[in-house]
Amino acid sequence: MLPSTFLKTSIALLAAGTLALAQDEIPVGEFASLTGGSASFGQSSHKGTALAIDEINAGGGVLGKKLKLIFEDDQSLAGQPATIVRKLISQDKVVAVLGEVASSKSLEAAPICQQNKVPMISPASTNPKVTEVGDYIFRVCFIDPFQGTVMSKFALSKGWKKVAILTDVKQDYSVGLAEFFVKHFNANGGQVVKEQKYSTGDKDFKAQLTSIKVTKPDAIFIPGYYAEVSLIARQAKLLGIKVPLLGGDGWVGDSLLKVAGTALDGSFFSCHFSADDKSPSTQGFVDKYKAKYGAVPDDMAALGYDSAMILAAAIKTAGTTEGDKLRVAIGATKAHKGITGTITLDEKRNAQKPAVILGIGNGAFQFVETVAP
Amino acid sequence: MDKWPKSILIAVLLGCLIGSPFVFQINPYYYDILLGIGISIILAASLNLVNGYTGQFSLGHAGFMGIGAYASSWVTLSYGYCLGANTTSTTTVFLLALLGGGLMAGIAGLMVGVPSLRLKGDYLAIVTLAFNEIIKGVIQNAEPLGAQRGLGGMVQHTNFFWTFGFAALTVYVVVHLVNSTYGRGFLAVRDDEIAAEAMGINTTKYKVLAFVLGAFFAGIAGGLYAHFKQFIHPEGFNFLRSVDIVVMVILGGMGNTAGVCFAAVLLTILPEFLRSVSHYTWLPLWLQQIAENRMILYSLLLIVLMLTRPQGLFGGLGMPRRRKDVEK
Repeated sequence: MLPSTFLKTSIALLAAGTLALAQDEIPVGEFASLTGGSASFGQSSHKGTALAIDEINAGGGVLGKKLKLIFEDDQSLAGQPATIVRKLISQDKVVAVLGEVASSKSLEAAPICQQNKVPMISPASTNPKVTEVGDYIFRVCFIDPFQGTVMSKFALSKGWKKVAILTDVKQDYSVGLAEFFVKHFNANGGQVVKEQKYSTGDKDFKAQLTSIKVTKPDAIFIPGYYAEVSLIARQAKLLGIKVPLLGGDGWVGDSLLKVAGTALDGSFFSCHFSADDKSPSTQGFVDKYKAKYGAVPDDMAALGYDSAMILAAAIKTAGTTEGDKLRVAIGATKAHKGITGTITLDEKRNAQKPAVILGIGNGAFQFVETVAP
Repeated sequence: MDKWPKSILIAVLLGCLIGSPFVFQINPYYYDILLGIGISIILAASLNLVNGYTGQFSLGHAGFMGIGAYASSWVTLSYGYCLGANTTSTTTVFLLALLGGGLMAGIAGLMVGVPSLRLKGDYLAIVTLAFNEIIKGVIQNAEPLGAQRGLGGMVQHTNFFWTFGFAALTVYVVVHLVNSTYGRGFLAVRDDEIAAEAMGINTTKYKVLAFVLGAFFAGIAGGLYAHFKQFIHPEGFNFLRSVDIVVMVILGGMGNTAGVCFAAVLLTILPEFLRSVSHYTWLPLWLQQIAENRMILYSLLLIVLMLTRPQGLFGGLGMPRRRKDVEK
């Protein structure tokens, strides 16, 4: 019967999968979503990571061995990361795991890495809970609260002393950013004149915006996601609000400017990386990325690149790929010159690094400045 | 032939007992797949009671699974039993949590079963689908359950023994129920509701019972899943997950427990099998590249199977007992 033959073959092939790896290669695991809901993030970060691994190998590899990137697609499905990471660790014997962009996927993989004592570096999971799972879990991006502080610093440097806040109460991310913005802003001579709220999926923000308008703020901080922010910007313009809007990396999305049109001109938001940054290392990365993939790299690609580079540097310092020593070496990363800024990992395994401020003008993003932590 | 499920059940339970000390030695990846198979069997066999035997098209099975997963995790997390200790008391808490998850899901099954009894076919499918989304929506907004962030921190307590023990129990209950004098009512409701009613069968009761029992076992499966992955997220219990389970039931053959269990095994192994094929460097490159697009291949296989065997893999073959009934 066909099915039983198939089963036998599949079992035989599965067993054959445990072929020993060549001794001159260091296996490094990576998981990301190439398909499904968050595919655009996953594809970018995977391209960035693969570019970094190629570059390391072209430069002779580490410890005299080449890195072998073993990649798995988690299809943006819950339940997949745990299986994949178990596969990477037990079958491919990876020395470390790189991934994922979405915090919920990283949170699923993290306990498995922790229990198996295999270091995991997340390129772009900004939720603080991710690295709280254990001492083998790291990240190369800044965490949500940091962006709040950055935007507060930026507003103060622009001389905006009165700021109103519009928070998405349904998102941990938004609430976190607002909380740290208020803390820093009020402590440094600013005044938060009004705090208003909305929920993910809302379409009408005129009530909140009207009550903000009467307080005559210098700027409005909206730490939400692009879908709502673009609508808020349009409605603010209709109501005659002309002050700049401020936000975080949740603004980055294809439809932001498509929906908002010119309503966001003069606004600013923080993010991880800008391809317009004129520094030679950034431009070098952008050129290499363009040559290989024919597209301009985004935040996720740059973070994926940095995560692989930090791992390679740590393997070099540790002189071994043994889990515990590698963990210590990654944790000791100091002033690593990355594409997304100079990265230092703190005792909570989070990256201390500058954020990039982008401005919006004539319907396009423009690099403004970097703000150090 | 009456006794076959019982002997199979005993065989599987014995197998689990004998096997459980050894499975710790196998590769954790295969172990992961193995437990995934067990959980799929529970889900598919329990949905088969609703969709296959009772003929009610439910598209919300993952919702019940989610209720079980969150309820049982809530119990074990709030009990806060110590890490890794495999003592009798932690096992008791775990089993109570599973039972609690199952009961909560069963209650939810009752809630969706009673008001939607007047609906049939597509309409019922839409109601159950909506219910699935409601459950997901409630969890996404429930801060104590982690909301959109997901819930983690559970200890891995699901093992080979419990997973396959519950899988065997589910199969046993479903098959025995349907094959009992009482359970013939399920089949009657499926085959001709009006005729069944005319014969004095309380169709309402049977439909609700099918929903509640199906949901109960889905809840158990959810509890096992939560304590095996150690992290759950509302998106893991969405509509797509429900469709996965429905596919298992249809592919295996509606109302054929053996076929449905086989489909659950097949559909759990297949994606992982294709995953490993794409990494075999000794295979020709073009074969690897085909396997890389494994989800397309997987879907193609489903289409081919459905075209060649529209009644399901085992559909029409039937259990020996049922064929005899027809011959009579």
